[in-house]
Amino acid sequence: MTAWLNAHWGLVFRLSGEHLYLALIPVLIGLVIAIPLGWVATQSRFLRATFFYVFGFIYSIPSLALIIVVPVVLGTRILDPINLMVPLAVYTVALMVRSVVDALESVPWHVRAAATAMGFRPLRRFFAVDLPMSVPVLIAGLRVAAVSSISLVSVGALIGLGGLGDLFTEGAQESFIGELVVGVIASLVLALITDIVLVLIGRLATPWTRV
Amino acid sequence: MSQVGSCEPAAAGEWPSRPGGSRVIEFQAVTKQYPDGTIAVNKLDLTIEAGRITVFVGPSGCGKTTSLRMINRMIDPTGGRILIDGKDIMKSDPPVLRRGIGYVIQQAGLFPHRTVLDNVATVPVLTGQSRRAARARAAELLETVGLPAGMASRYPAQLSGGQQQRVGVARALAADPPVLLMDEPFSAVDPIVREGLQEELLRLQAELAKTIVFVTHDIDEAIKLGDKVAVLRTGGVLAQFDPPAALLARPVDDFVASFVGRDRGYRALGFLAAAGLTLGELSLVPLGSTAANTKAALADGWAVVVDEARHPLGWLNADRLATVDGAAAVTEELLIRGGSLYTVDANAGITAGSLRSALDAALSSPAALGIAVDSDGAVLGSVDAADVLSALAKARTSGEIPI
Repeated sequence: MTAWLNAHWGLVFRLSGEHLYLALIPVLIGLVIAIPLGWVATQSRFLRATFFYVFGFIYSIPSLALIIVVPVVLGTRILDPINLMVPLAVYTVALMVRSVVDALESVPWHVRAAATAMGFRPLRRFFAVDLPMSVPVLIAGLRVAAVSSISLVSVGALIGLGGLGDLFTEGAQESFIGELVVGVIASLVLALITDIVLVLIGRLATPWTRV
Repeated sequence: MSQVGSCEPAAAGEWPSRPGGSRVIEFQAVTKQYPDGTIAVNKLDLTIEAGRITVFVGPSGCGKTTSLRMINRMIDPTGGRILIDGKDIMKSDPPVLRRGIGYVIQQAGLFPHRTVLDNVATVPVLTGQSRRAARARAAELLETVGLPAGMASRYPAQLSGGQQQRVGVARALAADPPVLLMDEPFSAVDPIVREGLQEELLRLQAELAKTIVFVTHDIDEAIKLGDKVAVLRTGGVLAQFDPPAALLARPVDDFVASFVGRDRGYRALGFLAAAGLTLGELSLVPLGSTAANTKAALADGWAVVVDEARHPLGWLNADRLATVDGAAAVTEELLIRGGSLYTVDANAGITAGSLRSALDAALSSPAALGIAVDSDGAVLGSVDAADVLSALAKARTSGEIPI
């Protein structure tokens, strides 16, 4: 295994970069979509229940099925990274809508009432008060979404774009357990680093929570 | 503190500034009925005087908070009109209207993610002032409400409840709005801190003369702070709207009488000046005198021990002096603690100079004589409960008490 790794550092780094790109760009896009959707869901009990039901259902669709269906629906070419990134973004949205709702509802009513009473218009209040105060709960949701996205990218190897997942398939095909183990470990390390970075971002964005 | 009046209030609201900077608020047959049929406020008619404190008080479900929130359109009425200086508030854009009306909420409602200084600077920034100018103004206001400058860079969670509420008041004053709405602002702090905040509010109001609408469920707070008090009953009906002294002296019905409370006769004394009260003699002994000299100085069996500035420290009688040697000096440990003090100067505090504080001093004293002090706390003389009662009788016959 070490011998293989020593000969293939370059490959592992290249695949790691690709892996992060495939995993995290969809998380970012998914978050940006989930925030307004989550806000809409907080506006009525009915919308909230409907959204939770619909996104719960979407999250339960097997990833492989989604990855295969996307090119058919979008008309993309067979090896286009979009085929993998769209499903990952969809999963992120499905996961994060609930987090956004929880995050927005974690803002105390008297803080929100005070903001309105001081003359904030709704949109400005959202960005100046509700959203920054939601960061701790949002980051918690984002950590789950990012880590699960990183682990899901490997599935893409089955359609030829899996970042480190390529090492799994190659290793399995060549019955070379070392390559497979390197792929698994590298994927775990990426997840761990991403998680730590998100925790740090959360800390930097919320100095008031540690006083 | 004079800066408070000198910034530009016109930037905050949509009304032009007016000398005194305060406004009349009129409720005309204002009703709030919810879709389920519940009536929160029922045909409320009242005029809130400019530059005074008007308190809405009543049991829960009486519509006091709803009435308050209709003034800045947090809630819109379903009937009637609310006018501010003759202008129907329904014709104003709510956010613009609100920037011209200070709002202090229960638990302060501070933004936990912003520093104290930025919390106070919120409304000036909303109205388009530069962040730097708004912060400079905010720093002045922290001083006005009695917070040290070192607090400016802290987050709200680092402050005590009382300090947070002061920041809440500073934030509401930041754009120098002529109207201030206070929604049970002091109910979440402990009684001693609450008393300090109430005194502070009265002190600020004496300088600023805002039109303040204050909501509370605490009748004592209403009586202490209100120039006028509106007592509301469940279902949002106005029961009585009067100055506190009149409310205590002649409640219109059983509901108001029971809401105002059992010892209202005693509390009404707080509104009667004790100016006519003659003070009696007291035997004063400096701390450190010998027990024998103190014993010789007892008058009617008691002497008051004072420090160099004539501040009363406590009482001594023959029994207590018998426990020490005649040549021994009188120490603080030996003293019998005294009762409340009666401050003669009426400007020294909320109940200072009133018959209530004179009577309480007499009743709470171990010697059955109250100690009267000047505004520096130095002894002036004694107060006798019987004298207080005859002063009360005199006030009755001269018509000073509303009947």
